Parts: sequence; structure tokens; C-alpha cells
Amino acid sequence: MSNHQATSTTAGLWSRGRRIVAPRFELTAPGTVLHVDDVELLERLLGGDESAFTELVRRYQPTLVKVARYYVASVASAEDVAQDTWIAVLKGIEKFEGRSSLKTWLLRICVNRARTSGVKEHRSIPVDPNESGPSVSAHRFDRGGLWSDPPVPFTDAVDTRLDNSALLNAVRAAIDELGDPQQAVVTLRDVEGLSTQEVATLLELSEANVRVILHRGRARVRAIVEEAMKGSKI
Amino acid sequence: MKLLPSPLVCRDAVELVSDYLDGTLPRRQRRRLEKHLAECDACTAYLDQMRATIAASGQVGPDDLPSDVVDGLVNLFRKYRNEN
Repeated sequence: MSNHQATSTTAGLWSRGRRIVAPRFELTAPGTVLHVDDVELLERLLGGDESAFTELVRRYQPTLVKVARYYVASVASAEDVAQDTWIAVLKGIEKFEGRSSLKTWLLRICVNRARTSGVKEHRSIPVDPNESGPSVSAHRFDRGGLWSDPPVPFTDAVDTRLDNSALLNAVRAAIDELGDPQQAVVTLRDVEGLSTQEVATLLELSEANVRVILHRGRARVRAIVEEAMKGSKI
Repeated sequence: MKLLPSPLVCRDAVELVSDYLDGTLPRRQRRRLEKHLAECDACTAYLDQMRATIAASGQVGPDDLPSDVVDGLVNLFRKYRNEN
């Protein structure tokens, strides 16, 4: 997971006779292939390319819904927020100046809209339900706090019985099972690769809070995946 | 009387792993954890599981979106393009 950093300059594009200022990025960090793709998609979208829009939807709609869900009362409301986000993107794309990545811009629009919807629904922002619980069930340890039921490395299971796609599927399913706010934080930090600071800024949480929520969320994902791996053993 | 920090037990060590992997654990805590990991295969396995979980999270592709969701949003795109 790398932080995506880019500097932007501008270059003109012509679309349907109108001059559009489109951002161009010079990558300053290695390993930012996804970001380059986003830039290409953005340029194609500015040219009115439907397939670019479809690709962006496929790429970011699940994340938008998960992040919106942190603020609103139901998945249906979160999907409405995501739809509003895409409309706002279409309306605002020509003014997007590329000071942030396309991903960050999308997420910021989504969060602003979700927050407004959440207020209308009188929804209070959920606190982490597992905040005070242990990362690993107490019954896995003996009275002295040492493992009585120790973990088995995933790699053993992966090498002998499962391929990597099984691990990825298990992790994806586990993240889908997370409640709020862990799902939003784990998705932004570990799936989308935002830094802890970026997540904190986006969700208006302290970095310390993000770290705690992330810690609990990761522990929960690990526990669910561990169970899935056990269940897969012959 | 000031006591020396007691060695970590596994139950407490696992609570430090996420911050450890993110490099945000204070130095003193990091040393305690590393000392424990050097002697504990089970907690090392836990660390490896957590590392694999985080790595896999960064590799999961987007869920397969239901076609009606994609179609609905693409229709929005067409409507917007036709109106502008």
C-alpha cells in the first residue's frame, strides 16, 4: 500500500467544442499503477467516454457505499448517497483541478453528502462496538495470558489447500461482515490504501481513533479469515 | 519504587500488532513486542496472519456489482450527457 502522491499541471482538452482544463499528473511515488489508471479514466471521462464511467463505477461504487454507510441508517440510504456522488462527479468533473487524487475527490464528495443525509435522518455516528473488547477471544488464552489455542499460519493452509484467490475471497467476505465504523476505516485504509492521516481527515476522526478502530477491524477480519481457513480444512 | 516493565504475555502482545505493522508503536512498546516475538512462535504466527490479512485487503478487487446497479448508474451518465 503506497500513498499516492502526485503533482499536477494542467493541459487543455477539447470536448464538444468547449475547452476543458484537465489535470495531468506526474507521478512522484513508485507503485501507483492504479492512480495512473484513474488519470486515464478521468481523461476519457472528460471526453464523454461511457466505458470510463462504467469502469469508475465498478472500481469505486462498493467503497462509496461502505463509506456512506458509516453516516446513514441503511444500505439503501448509502446507495442513494453513492448515486448522488456520481451525479455530483458528472456535474463537477470539468472543474476538478487534480489537487487531490480522483479517489480522494470522489470520497470527499461522498462523505459530505453522506454526512448531510445522516443529519437529515437524525442518525448518530456509530461508535466502535468492540472498542473495549479483546482482539482475540479470551478463551484462546490460558489464565496466565499465554496462548492455549495458538494460531496456525495462513501460509500453511494456503500452500497446502488453498490458492491465493481463496485468501482474497475470505478477506473480502470478512470485510463485508464488519460493522461500523470498522468497515469504513478498514476499507479506506487497507483496501483503498489511504494513509491513517487521510482516513482521519476524511472521516473527521482523530488519528488515534482511526488507529484503534483499524486495530479492532483488522483483528476481526483476521479472526473471520482464520475461521474460514479452518473450515476449509479437509 | 519504580518497577521495570514486565515482559509481555501473548494476550497483551496481540493488541500491539496492528500499530506495530503500521510503524506507529512507541519505541519502548516496540522493543517489548519484538522481545516477545523473538521467543513466541504463536504470536509470530499471529503477526504473520495479520500481515497476510492486510496485504490481501490491498489486493481484493472490487466486488462484482449487480448488473442493475451498473446499468442504473450508466443510465444516469447517458441522461446527464444528453442534457448537457
